[in-house]
Amino acid sequence: MNAAATLAAPPTGAHIRAVRGELSGDLLEVSMGPHHPSTHGVFRMIVTLDGETIVRLKPVFGYLHRNHEKLAENTSYLGSMPYTDRLDYLNAMTNNWAYARAVEQLAGIAVPERAEYVRVILAELTRLLNHTCLAGFLMQDCGCSGTPLMYAFREREKILDLFESLSGSRMMCNYQRFGGCRVDPTADWLAGAKKLVGGYGAFLDEFEALLTGNEILLARTQGVGRLGAALAINAGVTGPMLRAAGVNHDLRKVDGYGVYPRFQFRVPLGAHGDVYDRYMIRILEMRESLAILRQSLAGLPAGPVMNPQAKLRGFRPKPGEAYGRIEGPKGEIGFHLVSDGGPNPWRYHVRAPSFINLTLLEDLCLGHTVADAVIILGSIDIVLGEVDR
Amino acid sequence: METLAQLRDRLLARFPAAEVTVVTNPSPSAQHALRVDAHHAREIAGFLRDDPALQLDQCTNVTGIDWPEKEVVDAVRTTVPDPAGGTPRVVEEKIKRLEPGRLEVVYHLYSIALRHGPVVLRLVTGNRTDAVTLPSLTPVWRSCEFQEREVFDLFGVAFEGHPDLRRILMWDGFQDHPMRRDYREPDDYEWEPTPHGDVLAKAKRHYPAPAPSAP
Repeated sequence: MNAAATLAAPPTGAHIRAVRGELSGDLLEVSMGPHHPSTHGVFRMIVTLDGETIVRLKPVFGYLHRNHEKLAENTSYLGSMPYTDRLDYLNAMTNNWAYARAVEQLAGIAVPERAEYVRVILAELTRLLNHTCLAGFLMQDCGCSGTPLMYAFREREKILDLFESLSGSRMMCNYQRFGGCRVDPTADWLAGAKKLVGGYGAFLDEFEALLTGNEILLARTQGVGRLGAALAINAGVTGPMLRAAGVNHDLRKVDGYGVYPRFQFRVPLGAHGDVYDRYMIRILEMRESLAILRQSLAGLPAGPVMNPQAKLRGFRPKPGEAYGRIEGPKGEIGFHLVSDGGPNPWRYHVRAPSFINLTLLEDLCLGHTVADAVIILGSIDIVLGEVDR
Repeated sequence: METLAQLRDRLLARFPAAEVTVVTNPSPSAQHALRVDAHHAREIAGFLRDDPALQLDQCTNVTGIDWPEKEVVDAVRTTVPDPAGGTPRVVEEKIKRLEPGRLEVVYHLYSIALRHGPVVLRLVTGNRTDAVTLPSLTPVWRSCEFQEREVFDLFGVAFEGHPDLRRILMWDGFQDHPMRRDYREPDDYEWEPTPHGDVLAKAKRHYPAPAPSAP
């Protein structure tokens, strides 16, 4: 279409009435994102507004889609291990673990005890990292620009330093292997982890003193985006969002995978299922993670971190399939693998928790304002690398 | 929880016209599955969700699997008697048959109330071209809403009864289904000043050879 043709037909009244006319009866459609800072990446919501109230909300996905699953089907099993880091790029360690666990179930590979302990230590450090960041992001979404996020990122860097000294990379760790872990943590590393765990409680106290009782936070988050238990279960919601709705479901307890049954920890549950509960659940979960870390660091057994029988090169599991899942920081992260006996998986599917937790975004936002939709989205805790895959 | 064979018998007693078979999973995970015919799938799914002994209240994971048409070789052994009265011979004959292509949708069901699972449900389409309709289980489990849209988008399974069946990861104008095994990416060659290697081969495919000029 050339410019002259566009100018020849000026917009008629129908186009502008929605903005300029009587707003009471007209609905306004607003596109939020994909380049909106509150959408945590390239996520888009088409929001229909009646005044300032949301009456319809349609999420639009796919801006970061690169067909991760197709790429994984064209490479070996081990070849997609570094690629799982890029799914939820905050939590590479748990993505690695979920994938390794699915392959271990598919091929029946045993994992040495020390490796299970190391996995638990790394998964709980990842949970600390994710929840700290999320609390910072959520405050940013509420409008407390800067301070809480910088406090959170300061602590996150300490955990990332540990990951870097262990795996060689801050975020793209590529650390787990089928049947164990890539390198054995040294005594220095363990001392560093113990030091971090010892100091983290003080940081949480400081963070909570700043935020938890804050009047503005209470006013913004309490009663916003309420989610009932029955709907949450039916919609496949998992992780802290499900527990904030009051459902006692934590895969570390339900499946008891790895060595989790050996540790004493509690599962915090919410009562209202609103944004405040989702914030609070994460703070409480961090304290439980610290308890698990103290126990696992104290009880770490000696031994190998890799099953010597596990085969890395020329790995061809027998035909069959497996669905392996773990409790990631965002919810249930699972991998569904189908093997036809070849070196590449015939089918490789990622059950991405933040993608499925978004199912209820519209239900949570209806009747709220746009500013509330921003914090509801923030409290769901999405990472677009995982949503769009 | 009861075994899958017991569950199948219970489902067949409840839905006599349904076809339910147990699919064995030979891998060490031993996650066996129930294959359910498309006609009764939604009724059976509702039963699995509401039955007090099962209470499979969460459908965690929905996956599509593409099985293209495949040539399978069956070895058939026949015993041929020796007309001279000696010992009969065993003749092994290799018979080739064509396994028809199909698309499969897999649902992983868990019970949060009773803490058991997974029960794996499998639905299979008639073929990969025109009989690709399956009933949507979104009315039973809301968690299928986006995941079935994803299977529709990437595999091309049409879910009947889905409230909002649109593409989800690819854009609306996209034509093909990229997770199918025979998907070929479109010719999206971009101009290169000095193409070489794979890029040169792609450029040659993209720009057809010029017609030979008249002498």
